[in-house]
Amino acid sequence: MAKDKQLIKLDHISKSFGNQLVLDDLDLYIRENEFITLLGPSGCGKTTTLRILGGFETPDKGTVYFDGQDITHLPPNKRPLNTVFQKYALFTHMTIAENIAFGLKIKNKPKTYIQDKIKYALKLVNLDGFENRMPDSLSGGQQQRIAIARAIVNEPKVLLLDEPLGALDLKLRQDMQYELIRLKNELGITFLYVTHDQEEALTMSDTIVVMNQGYIQQIGTPEKIYNEPENAFVADFIGDSNIISATMIEDYLVEILGARFVSTDAGFGKNKPVDVVIRPEDVELVKPEEGIIQGTVTHVIFKGVHYEMEVMANGHEWLVQSTSMFPVGTPVGIKVDPYNIQTMHKPESEDEEAIGVEE
Amino acid sequence: MKNKKNLLAFPYLLWSAGFIIIPLCMIFFYGFTDKTNRFTFANVVSIVEGENLKALGISILLALIATLICVLLSYPLAYILSGSGMKQSGFMIFVFILPMWMNFLLRTLAWQTLLEKNGVINMILHFLHLPVLNIINTPYAIVLGMVYNFLPFMILPLYNALSKIDPSVIEAARDLGANSFQTFVNVIFPLSIPGLISGITMVSVPALTTFVISDMLGGGKILLIGNVIEQEFKQANNWHVGSGLSIVLMLFILLAMGLTAKYDKEGGSYF
Ligand SMILES: Nc1ncnc2c1ncn2[C@@H]1O[C@H](COP(=O)(O)OP(=O)(O)O)[C@@H](O)[C@H]1O
Ligand SMILES: [Mg+2]
Repeated sequence: MAKDKQLIKLDHISKSFGNQLVLDDLDLYIRENEFITLLGPSGCGKTTTLRILGGFETPDKGTVYFDGQDITHLPPNKRPLNTVFQKYALFTHMTIAENIAFGLKIKNKPKTYIQDKIKYALKLVNLDGFENRMPDSLSGGQQQRIAIARAIVNEPKVLLLDEPLGALDLKLRQDMQYELIRLKNELGITFLYVTHDQEEALTMSDTIVVMNQGYIQQIGTPEKIYNEPENAFVADFIGDSNIISATMIEDYLVEILGARFVSTDAGFGKNKPVDVVIRPEDVELVKPEEGIIQGTVTHVIFKGVHYEMEVMANGHEWLVQSTSMFPVGTPVGIKVDPYNIQTMHKPESEDEEAIGVEE
Repeated sequence: MKNKKNLLAFPYLLWSAGFIIIPLCMIFFYGFTDKTNRFTFANVVSIVEGENLKALGISILLALIATLICVLLSYPLAYILSGSGMKQSGFMIFVFILPMWMNFLLRTLAWQTLLEKNGVINMILHFLHLPVLNIINTPYAIVLGMVYNFLPFMILPLYNALSKIDPSVIEAARDLGANSFQTFVNVIFPLSIPGLISGITMVSVPALTTFVISDMLGGGKILLIGNVIEQEFKQANNWHVGSGLSIVLMLFILLAMGLTAKYDKEGGSYF
């Protein structure tokens, strides 16, 4: 299928700085026209991955393929991709028009073509008429749009964006998220996006790559990553969740904090220690006698759409989100639907915790 | 709060009044009057007299050459040190400005000794059976003295300007298709111009006005405009002509600074 064509392939990439291993044997492919996001805590190697793709770092081991060709040692100016840098990196000594025209002038494009492109790009990022302004006179959000315009006039096959919204305030960030999705659809090119913000990743991406300490933890659609985290790290990093040690009694039956819950997971063996993830919105509070576990409400916060409550039950502080409120001190029962219990293998060592366990 | 600040500024006001404004007023007073304190343009116009004009011409020429050499020497050095990200780059800069800690007169005197007909350099050259150097008391020696003395003033602002350039701006240029040379011409060099301009100003002004270097390394044979002015004040005891010539020199400096500042502003676009 053409849609699934692999445009970029990172093949067994390793990279160290000094004796610090930043990327360890990383494998990743990027399909044509997808919005793919590298998501992970700060320092996990996202920027390094992006810089290897952009040509600003050379991997110690491994190969970078673009459209089947080895580009590992190609300098940045020869790569058919463009980068939007975290701090905009506009040329402060040039006007906005000159900034946008930079790549085209280097490639000796005709004047009229360049003029048209500047107009088109400014329109695309909603900044018509900014041609003769200087970068310093623009707000952070506007500068970021110019940085994007400057990149896309070169018609790259892939746009690399390193936390492009990191420096903007919340409201502007949300506006820009929709803007970027619109841009991606209008341009029909591949976006490789880097962020440490899980909400941003969930909102924007076709595919999310969750990274930690230089390892890929899980690759999947936002729904898959959210609903079926493969390990405790992913579950914890993506949204709030209750991660509890449990025992898989047998297929479809799991013992959590001494109580038995029906689940939809199988294949873990009998009486195996596991971790289960239950999202706070999937915890149902009912009358004590109707619950599988009984407890008491210890905290209530009103969050606008819902209430967030903490319930102490069988020695575990359960995080619960619900539209109905139970006052502090209320005895309650806890119920969870079988398909809302996500079972994961327990990591056996710390190293494995970082790698994520392969099934 | 604001009053307090004003109060703090008072010593500086006093300083600039006492040591800048009053002397300047005196120079203008002497420059535009004759010995009977009557107004005249004669002192200023005396610049066109043969000897004076020649001195001004040589001064400008030597100052230009010295400045150019300083630029050519400093730029590559500052560029390499700023870009290398070496831990030692700070130390290297320190080494290059170390001579500034020595007294200016001593440094120049040292060069006199080094360059003399039977000086240290010629002794070494003679020992190596190489042709001896006869540049003492020539314009070459003066330019050498200027370059040696004023080089740090070029290196420092250039190094500052170059190391302030955000590496990601350079990467952005590369990312947009520019090779290293195009990146230098279109991005790095234009961004370094403010440093270059301060360097040029800080080298060319003292080079244009010096009289010590030409005295010590020119052997009194080559008169710079600084020497002429010095002689008017000290030997001829004619403060009026000395002040008049100083005013002309000041005009030249202001003109040059104005030109470079204008070029700096227009230098925004490099395509
Ligand atoms: N040029 C470099 N020199 C030394 N260490 C670096 C360099 N670049 C990145 N690192 C280190 O590599 C690790 C990963 O960095 P990075 O890829 O920037 O992470 P992220 O973008 O996910 O926050 C960090 O610990 C960082 O300190
Ligand atoms: Mg980063």
